[in-house]
Amino acid sequence: MQNLFKSFVQNFGIPRLIILGFFLLLCVMAIILDIDFSDLMSASLVRIGMNGILVLAILPSIVCGTGPNFGLSLGIICGLLGGLIAMELTLNGFTNFFAAIAFAIPFAVLVGYGYGLLLNKVKGSEMMFAIFVGWSIVSVMKIGWLLLPFNSPEMAWPIGRGVRVTIALLNREVSQLLNNFWAFNIGNVTIPTGLLLFFVLCCVLVWLFMRSKTGMAMYAAGDNPRFAEAAGIEVDKQRIIGTIVSTILGAIGILVYAQSFGFYQLYEGPFMMPFIAIAAILIGGASIKKASITNVIVGSFLFFGILVVSMPVANAFMADISSMAEITRQIIQNGIILYALMQAGKGDGA
Amino acid sequence: MAEEYLLQMEKICKSYFGTKVLTDVNLALKPGEIHAVVGENGAGKSTLMNILFGMPVIQSTGGCEGEILIEGNPVEIVSPLQAMDLGIGMVHQEFMLLPNYTITENIKLNREILNDNIISRIFGNNLKTLNYRAMNADARKALDSLDIGIEEFTKVAGLPVGYMQFAEIAREIDKSNIRMLVFDEPTAVLTESEASNLLDAMRKIAGRGIAILFITHRLDEVMEIADNITVLRDGRLVATKRKEDTDIFELAELMVGRKVEKLFDRTSQVKDEDIALKIDGLKVSMPGEVVKGLDLEVYRGEIFGIGGLAGQGKIGVANGVMGLYPCEGSVLINGQKLVLNNPRESMNRELAFLSEDRRGVGLLLDSAIEINIVVTSMQNKGRFLKKFGPLTQIDSPVVREHSLQLIKELDIRCTGPTQLVKRLSGGNQQKVCIARALTLNPEILFISEPTRGIDIGAKRLVLETLIRLNEELGMTIIMTSSELAELRSICDRIAIVSGGKVAGILKPDAPDLDFGLLMAGQIDRKGA
Repeated sequence: MQNLFKSFVQNFGIPRLIILGFFLLLCVMAIILDIDFSDLMSASLVRIGMNGILVLAILPSIVCGTGPNFGLSLGIICGLLGGLIAMELTLNGFTNFFAAIAFAIPFAVLVGYGYGLLLNKVKGSEMMFAIFVGWSIVSVMKIGWLLLPFNSPEMAWPIGRGVRVTIALLNREVSQLLNNFWAFNIGNVTIPTGLLLFFVLCCVLVWLFMRSKTGMAMYAAGDNPRFAEAAGIEVDKQRIIGTIVSTILGAIGILVYAQSFGFYQLYEGPFMMPFIAIAAILIGGASIKKASITNVIVGSFLFFGILVVSMPVANAFMADISSMAEITRQIIQNGIILYALMQAGKGDGA
Repeated sequence: MAEEYLLQMEKICKSYFGTKVLTDVNLALKPGEIHAVVGENGAGKSTLMNILFGMPVIQSTGGCEGEILIEGNPVEIVSPLQAMDLGIGMVHQEFMLLPNYTITENIKLNREILNDNIISRIFGNNLKTLNYRAMNADARKALDSLDIGIEEFTKVAGLPVGYMQFAEIAREIDKSNIRMLVFDEPTAVLTESEASNLLDAMRKIAGRGIAILFITHRLDEVMEIADNITVLRDGRLVATKRKEDTDIFELAELMVGRKVEKLFDRTSQVKDEDIALKIDGLKVSMPGEVVKGLDLEVYRGEIFGIGGLAGQGKIGVANGVMGLYPCEGSVLINGQKLVLNNPRESMNRELAFLSEDRRGVGLLLDSAIEINIVVTSMQNKGRFLKKFGPLTQIDSPVVREHSLQLIKELDIRCTGPTQLVKRLSGGNQQKVCIARALTLNPEILFISEPTRGIDIGAKRLVLETLIRLNEELGMTIIMTSSELAELRSICDRIAIVSGGKVAGILKPDAPDLDFGLLMAGQIDRKGA
């Protein structure tokens, strides 16, 4: 019994136990403070579903050996671009949603390929490089959003050129599309069935991909590039494939996020998004060298669960500091990334 | 009587993690003497010097036993700084120079000649001005005493290695208290003319009364300049000889000599001289193990050994043929040309390779045993996959069955096929590598350093496995090893590689002397 407990602790990892404990503590406090718990549950489920695919997008980049994809903003921008094209064509509902994905994927493949080539030139310092690529592209696209020839009155500024900072999806019947699909209630808790199903579907597809010949090659290239070379695997190619898959998932992820949120957020929108996704997968037990689908799911659950619950709890304590929830999120998110980076060198070859 | 000696090391013993690497080694050195320490790789030469120089690695692994006397007074050397205070200098094999500093600056680093200035009078010594003129003069003097015409104000970066070595020596002899200099295989990286310059310089230094400890395995150099010679083998002192009393042949025999235990009773599998692998003019640019135009023929069904000292290129052969390091030349397998520099092609031609760097190249440490076993075959032969049109999925039941069978066959001690490889012992990791190679079902198996880092019991098992593969499956095995005894116990023929070429091919029961001479690079005398 004791051994069983020990091996569970070892497998689950102490950091995760601490965070799970923190999560449970928050839940208990929420109950004590008389905050409506079913509301919190509903909100958590939506958060997990809408962010899950962005977290999943980090997985291939870690597995193929380029480290957590801090440049996920590239994929996010491809997704937004696809979304805007679908808007411009005045498509509605599911047609709009899936057309947006279809338009985004070619961009994501191209961008991912180019980005992969760049990453192969900076082996060993991919993370630092990726952070700045991510930030740069956000700035470049600030110009891009102004210059791209989108004319639909839904998106354009009333005066001058370019598209607006936030674009509402309500009129195109995309808002809450997946969330409401087959949604049902258990007690007062709403289950966003479509949203969760789509997340699970993506997880299954990635899982199948990882078990294919290419997936195994990518895995070997990430685990030990020198082994992979010796096994006749082209490591650089596998890294590019991983980057492309990550970018595509980023594009799909932001479209799922946006339909739940109800808006496309351009300009500064994608700036910090990769950090949230990376924090979530790391909290789920991934390291910067190793990750699995389980890490994605556990991480999404813990990270977004904590965010949703901590917000009202923190507000109840410090009602006069209005941005407490945002501050809590930043502390947790960046603290987790720091912790994970500190763990990076450890455990290798032990 | 004792005062006559500058240095005496008595009954030095040292063990690393329970393995004895030095046992009762004695060494004595007089002022002005050139004393050579020779031995194979792993004989304990470097450990002995590390003890003398107080390197931290000795202290952190539990110190050593025995006594060190300097001019008859017992001392305990616990740090390199203390060794320097005692007048011991060391010329390292890898140069310890700052490339962007001039030769003078390197020589005088941390021993600068300083002048006072206004600021330093107020704020202290750390802000004194460097007296470049005096420093350059000192550096010039040190360089001149070595007969080196190089300018003292040139930067070290970009100097030929030979000059870097001299800069390092100049730094040591510039120290005013220097009484003893240790040269750790100084000629290993030098060309022939540079090496002979160095030997001249060593003679000059010795002429000034500085004692020299010269570690090497080049016997001709030893005979040229040493006064006394100490031979180490397997961490034991084999002999201390005066140069006049010995010759190169005796040294070679002493260096290698050990009774070859016939660990295994095997009869050669080679029926006729059917050539399985023919290598012509192979050049491999593998750092540290460069192969420079090597020719070799290996017969079908034999266990062929490749031996030689570290850095001579024996490791490069298999790595080159398998396409892991850039190479040129011609390699024929069964008479058909092999496309070089392409690992996939090598594997498709039924070659397999177990790398000497097991943890670095040979294994996916963070992955399950079964993944390690099948991944190479999966990627190169498309095995262990279910196909759905263009899509593929790993065939888990088949992978599991195959791994379980190999785990049983090779007796890999593990908790199951999903255990992570990094949790296995060295011997079992090596067996996982063998399982991976077997899964490829090769005709020719290259295996490098098969028993490195493996305890003695497991060593025997690994070697037995190799013999079984050879005898039962008729696999041609090319084994590269630093341990001559191991090669001699299982190989049919052994090629000794020296200077990137085959120095000679010997039968395992050839006399020790022949092996010793070939390893020491005495090709001319022996005639390969």
